[in-house]
Amino acid sequence: MYSATVDYHRATSLNDAIKTLEKNKGAKLLAGGHSLIPAMKLRVANPTMLVDIGHIKSLGGIKVTKKEVKIGALTTHATVAASSEVKDACPILAEAAAQIADPQVRNRGTIAGSLAQSDPAADYPTLMIALDAIFSVTGPNGERHIEARKFFKDLFTTALKRDEVLTSINVPAYGNMPGMGGAYLKHRHPASSYAVVGVAAMVGLVDGKVDHTVVVVGGATANPMHAASVESALDGMEPTEANISAAVDKMDIEATMGDSYASSEYRAHLAKVMAKRALMMAVERAIG
Amino acid sequence: MSKYVGASIKRREDPRFIQGQGKYVANVQMPNMAYLAIKRSPYAHATIKSINTKKAAALPGVIAVFTGQDLIDGGVGKLPCGWVVPDCKVPTRWPLTVDKVRHVGDGVACVVAEDRYITEDAVNLIDVSYDSLPATVDARKTTESGAPLVHEDIPNNISYPWALGNKEAMEKGFAEAEHVVELELINQRLIPTAMEPRAAVAQWNAPTEEMTLWTTSQNPHIIRLLLSAFTLGIPENKLRIISPDVGGGFGSKIFHYPEEIIVPWVARKINRPVKWVATRSESSMTDSQGRDHVTIARMALKKDGTITGIHVKTWANMGGYLSTIAPLIPTAIYITLLSGLYKVEGIYGEMWGTLTNTVPVDAYRGAGRPEAAYLLERLVDVAARDLGMDPLDIRRKNLIPKEAFPYQTPVAFMYDSGDYHRLFDKAVEMADYKKMREEQEKARKDGRVVGIGIVGCIEASGPAPSAVAGSLGFALGPWESGVLRVHPSGKVSLLTGSHAHGQGHETTFAQVVADELGINIDDVEVVHGDTALLPFGMGTYGSRSAAVGGSAIVYAARKIRAKAIKIAAHQLEAAEEDMVYDQAAGKIHVKGSPDKAKAFGEVAFAAYTAHNLPSGLEPGLEESAFYDPANFTFPNSAHIAQVEIDPETGQVEIQRYVAVDDVGKVINPLVVDGQVVGGIVQGVGQALWEHGIYDENGQLVTGTLMDYAIPKASDFPMIETSRVETPSPHNPLGVKGAGEMGTIAATAVVSNAVLDALAPFGVRHIDMPLTPEKVWRAIQAAKRN
Amino acid sequence: MAHTVSINVNGAAYKREVEPRLLLAHFIRDEIGLTGTNVGCDTSQCGACTVLMDGVAVKSCTVLAVQADGSSITTIEGLASDGKLHPVQEAFWEKHGLQCGFCTPGMIITVVDLLKNNPHPTDEEIRHGLEGNLCRCTGYQNIVEAVKHAAKAMPAAEALPEAMHEPAHA
Repeated sequence: MYSATVDYHRATSLNDAIKTLEKNKGAKLLAGGHSLIPAMKLRVANPTMLVDIGHIKSLGGIKVTKKEVKIGALTTHATVAASSEVKDACPILAEAAAQIADPQVRNRGTIAGSLAQSDPAADYPTLMIALDAIFSVTGPNGERHIEARKFFKDLFTTALKRDEVLTSINVPAYGNMPGMGGAYLKHRHPASSYAVVGVAAMVGLVDGKVDHTVVVVGGATANPMHAASVESALDGMEPTEANISAAVDKMDIEATMGDSYASSEYRAHLAKVMAKRALMMAVERAIG
Repeated sequence: MSKYVGASIKRREDPRFIQGQGKYVANVQMPNMAYLAIKRSPYAHATIKSINTKKAAALPGVIAVFTGQDLIDGGVGKLPCGWVVPDCKVPTRWPLTVDKVRHVGDGVACVVAEDRYITEDAVNLIDVSYDSLPATVDARKTTESGAPLVHEDIPNNISYPWALGNKEAMEKGFAEAEHVVELELINQRLIPTAMEPRAAVAQWNAPTEEMTLWTTSQNPHIIRLLLSAFTLGIPENKLRIISPDVGGGFGSKIFHYPEEIIVPWVARKINRPVKWVATRSESSMTDSQGRDHVTIARMALKKDGTITGIHVKTWANMGGYLSTIAPLIPTAIYITLLSGLYKVEGIYGEMWGTLTNTVPVDAYRGAGRPEAAYLLERLVDVAARDLGMDPLDIRRKNLIPKEAFPYQTPVAFMYDSGDYHRLFDKAVEMADYKKMREEQEKARKDGRVVGIGIVGCIEASGPAPSAVAGSLGFALGPWESGVLRVHPSGKVSLLTGSHAHGQGHETTFAQVVADELGINIDDVEVVHGDTALLPFGMGTYGSRSAAVGGSAIVYAARKIRAKAIKIAAHQLEAAEEDMVYDQAAGKIHVKGSPDKAKAFGEVAFAAYTAHNLPSGLEPGLEESAFYDPANFTFPNSAHIAQVEIDPETGQVEIQRYVAVDDVGKVINPLVVDGQVVGGIVQGVGQALWEHGIYDENGQLVTGTLMDYAIPKASDFPMIETSRVETPSPHNPLGVKGAGEMGTIAATAVVSNAVLDALAPFGVRHIDMPLTPEKVWRAIQAAKRN
Repeated sequence: MAHTVSINVNGAAYKREVEPRLLLAHFIRDEIGLTGTNVGCDTSQCGACTVLMDGVAVKSCTVLAVQADGSSITTIEGLASDGKLHPVQEAFWEKHGLQCGFCTPGMIITVVDLLKNNPHPTDEEIRHGLEGNLCRCTGYQNIVEAVKHAAKAMPAAEALPEAMHEPAHA
């Protein structure tokens, strides 16, 4: 409940934030604080300094172009969930954001903060891998771009260097593309509201057949994973329930996460059930 | 002819709560206050080798560090067990343990510092060296040879045995049985989780040697008595205990806790006010927990569903120490309820209270009665299934008929009043049970997994006749006090020994006073929670306040009315026998001449001016009553619930919930409905989500709200409630108590509904909580067989 | 190292020296002395600590006071105006939406924000909107009734351009 002593610097600019991180080895970034502050209160995270980037205006904002949606690091889950632009251009993202935690947490939690945390039970990482998101990251050596699939390394571990800032996230504006549909389903932990299993499914239909399938399962492993065997099984098929069921049966993700609420075996099972349901919804939306 | 009792009056205490002016203990601020935190064991079982406090004491802002031995050397006493059954081995329990730690969270030292953040830093600097020992956690396995001993002087970890019933009749019932159902049931460990964590603030007045302790208690006087007589050594009259607004208790705030000793002891030692507020994690590992029974239950029946015998064996987990009234819960308010609503000749229950390396267990909403109701209703449902009977019909067949009241059960209790057939009729009608079953059939044909549960439950409330309690092991007597202090202006203060931590007594008790005296409710003030202002009282738990506290009010009011009549008669120059106290009008007048009257206010003023009182009559108008109930009261209920299960995930959705409760007469329907619905939601929590899980090392796995799932708003439909009213003949208000019936029935009915849904798969029984994984696995296992 | 923060609480400006680790909840309760906001857990679940920060409901136990420097906070004590209760407060009273009262301040603040975003919520929207607020006493039923009652009593306020849709559930 009571964090250890920590220093605090409110960064005035991105540059200021990076320089401060460089100079202070034990410093951590603070945005919404809804991953870091709970960890500090339990004293499992004990940074020596907090670099607050929560007031840097350039890190906010949602920008939609024909092909992409660019979401600023500090965009809260509530903003993403309520944004008509995101709902139109990348509906699965708004759908997932609306399911994160609870209203108060969504009012503070930021997309970058959630992604940088790489919590196996979070919702956003699953979405980002499903959307093949590109993350813009700025450090002392300038800007680089990291693909989502290369970003999440392990439990609570990302490709971010200690002195880098995740500044924005680019996702495809698939909502404007015909024949594309996606759905995010989540089995909520009854206490924490985290994703015990979260499945993001996307399908692209061309001439009535599945041209492209994405199924990403979060919560069953340290980082979300593509259910590659399901994806390849459905590509080229007609999007019928039978075909979807058959494809989902091919899922071979080895669930490694388990706890007193849900064993790894159950999570593996849930992943299949939810993948099927998410795919059915995605197909419906692709057609509709 | 009552004006207030029976009416749904808006609560008078609400204005302060809705404006953030609640007087919770954590809100107490005073100058020069210091903050205390406790160093707690991370091990479930370990010997304490050494405690090094130097670093902690040296931290700037730290005032002092104390170990368990410091407190013993400083005169603290052992925490007593206040309910000692025969042959009970009571473990030693110091406020801070000195030899071994016996559960995760067991306190070993404490720090007091200038602010709470520094206190936490200091706690982390206390270096305790432990020799960890193997832990024992299971209620039954802990008695097996080879299990580590929690207390060296208590063999086999058995603190006490207890048994009750007519064993011979039970054996006969089984000998004659045409069918026997046997179930092994676990009633799982629960964490009460009141929203307000426990807290204590102590202020020592050195010149007068008076100690004021604010504590989150359901019974401040009991705490005062225990502190003075056993644990702190300050005389009762020098101790003031204040339990102001308390944020929920559900039983967990009845008990005398170590912090209630540590905080005042430290306040006196450093001569500064001291505050301690538990964190939620701390609460989870120190508040006494609930349930945790391992039971083998057997029911004998005839083929037509008549129950001929019930035999129960229970191992009840007490935890690492005996909490204040722990032995009561699985004995005199558990085995005594094994008749349920049913007429059964032979009932025998035997149990063992056992010790483990877990947090102590004691009363938690329902306290013993949910455990009894759950096992009975599971047995009856399984019997119904075995015999091919509708669960409603088998229950109806065995219900105690209303002509049989007062009904003497084979397990000591005599039920006061009831009409169980009417109760069930009402529930069945309200739910349209027949239609529910028809819809269930249709749904099943569509491949949907729908279940209906129906239960009838009873409980013993309003504890208790003092002599009975004493004979069963209680160190005190659970009567209740009420003082009606009429002021010269005619306003009335009720000083009650009951305590409100959500029950609405400031409204409901005022309703009773206003009706009893015939005055405006706005002229009544209800005072509770401060031992300096009140007569000795026994506090609130066991749904007793209306029955016992309320009755004390009635008896005090009768004395007020009698004296008022004397004064009015004298002033009107009439004979006492010719006077009538018109409660509806609030005046005392000559029979037949309503205009020859004195208003209550006039009589009050006259009593205090004493210018014209009958000779021999003392001035003043203040009466007290100490009410000792003649019996427990026996609320009862029939609940029906419908669930639908997603067979692929095992997720349970509650689709409908109908509750019909008999809580006797109702003072305030709005308040009673609130208690019933709140209780139901808590009971469902046990059925579906809640579990205080200890791993084999005694680690509390579900020790925060991230893991321990209490019900949320999104988990429920609207719950439909109704009532049947059979007044209790044992108290003047006819009330039975409404605080726990919802919880008791809800756990059983939702369990039965889920198992009903799973019956077509061949699932016979699964233990709670009925999590999605458990349900899914049960379906898979049944499919395989 | 102490930092100076300027935080507006219920319309009054406060300037204080605080440690960075001080939670906003503790700032409100202990520094300012407004003890209406309660702390009920340590893992950001229970919502008893909910306040409005720059107009939106947040859990003050998961915000540092230093983060709130320059912000405007509304606590339960700031809801009534000119001695008149806020319609949500009235509704909780009318509908018996509280028992022990401990969760109530946070609950009321959450409901104020909920109704601002969704002036006429369905039962389901209300129940989901309360997922960040735990109550152990009422079973939530009368809280739902209170929200509906308040919704009727409040004039159709300026809602956000888009109300949040109901998410799909597995």
